[in-house]
Amino acid sequence: MIRPDVTIPFDHQQSAHCETGVISNLMRFHGLPVSEPMAFGIGSGLFYSHMPFLKMNGIPVTSYRILPGWIFGRFTKKLGIAIKRMKFRDPKAAMDELDRVLAQGLPVGMLTSVFYLPYLPKAFRFHFNGHNIVVFGKEGDEYLVSDPVMDGTTRIHRTALIRARFAKGMPNIKGSMYYPTSVPTDADIRKAAIRGLRRTARDMSTTPLPMFGTKGISYLAGKLRKYEQKLGERDARLALGNLIRMQEEIGTGGAGFRFIFAAFLMETANLLDRADLRVHALTMNRIGDLWRDFAYEAGRLCKGRAEAHITFPYLADKLEAIGKEETTFFKELHAVSKTL
Amino acid sequence: MKKDEVPQDDANMLEGKFKVVKYALNEKGEFEKVPSVGWEPENVALSQAWDVINEKVEAARQQVLKGAASPLLFHMEKNMMDVVLLAKYMDLPTGKVKRHLEPDGFVQLDSILLAQYAEVLLITVEELKRVPA
Repeated sequence: MIRPDVTIPFDHQQSAHCETGVISNLMRFHGLPVSEPMAFGIGSGLFYSHMPFLKMNGIPVTSYRILPGWIFGRFTKKLGIAIKRMKFRDPKAAMDELDRVLAQGLPVGMLTSVFYLPYLPKAFRFHFNGHNIVVFGKEGDEYLVSDPVMDGTTRIHRTALIRARFAKGMPNIKGSMYYPTSVPTDADIRKAAIRGLRRTARDMSTTPLPMFGTKGISYLAGKLRKYEQKLGERDARLALGNLIRMQEEIGTGGAGFRFIFAAFLMETANLLDRADLRVHALTMNRIGDLWRDFAYEAGRLCKGRAEAHITFPYLADKLEAIGKEETTFFKELHAVSKTL
Repeated sequence: MKKDEVPQDDANMLEGKFKVVKYALNEKGEFEKVPSVGWEPENVALSQAWDVINEKVEAARQQVLKGAASPLLFHMEKNMMDVVLLAKYMDLPTGKVKRHLEPDGFVQLDSILLAQYAEVLLITVEELKRVPA
């Protein structure tokens, strides 16, 4: 079926992270303005885990956030937003459904693989199948794309979009697409922000297993201390490089989402008129700087350019110190969150 | 991080296509989005990851030139795939794909499978049959 060209007036705003950027942009379209940090905070996106039993390319997974897709799930649930989600077997059916929804004037969110998005810089194109974008129109064989990590909108050819939507591997995304069907524009953002904050503070400070929450940071520090003996110089440096990428690379807004979270705390402080929360926002920002110091020196070691005193045990000490700071911070935040 | 501390270490990772945004504190004590072209440790970690991939691709190319593997191995590595992922894209058992990675198995491929491999690996059938000299 040939459907006519369509351009939906979509206000694209750049964001640090794809999932929260798509939430923010889609919500604004549907009359519920929410900033990216607010979306991140309400969706309780911040977390920490180091899982030596879960490996990607032989390197243990370290994560600074909850699982992909969960921020969206928690956000929509807290605000009572109804979302239509679909997966497909057949690419043609997936594109037909996209065209059908676009023709109704609705922008559509979808999962893609960055490897198959030709408009992205080559250096970032790995087989990562969890990248969220919004399609807001089509012109002939091209689709109009709002990719939240980019400063402007872009276009993608139908063939390329099919590839990106049907990337295989982990996860098998099967043309997964979604769009809000009902957004309560009078939703209580303050209440949702408080609940989101409470959840993050609780999960960071009370998750009992050693590899999760703030405990996970010192857990990783313990492992990092022995990396060189255990893995050898080359692999230890690769594991360290991977750690930097997970923490800093495109998508985290810096310091493994700590700066986005600080921005969320600041916005919530203003919203609730709570000076004490402002102080917490500034503390989180300072802890973010500690993460950045760690990454900076880790980068020197990766490149083999570090001064003699920067060793794996030295970096482990730094990480241990960050772990202590975050433990105190999230315990306090948890206590404060009960008074909100 | 303060606004004026947002690093601008350009290693051309973004190819000048756009800048990424970071959240930083401005003069008024509020957070705002600040564009950045990159940061030294990120650039180091990213090029390190690419070095590993490029080493694998080059090793595969050498294998092919020695006659120890079929050109498919090179193109698979170039697409950053392993046997499991390539088999998923081809909808074939991994054992079959492994067989096609060997020179003997590769020459027996019919034109349909060759075309299918070429499509999955984003190249032409002619390109699939050789590696860069």
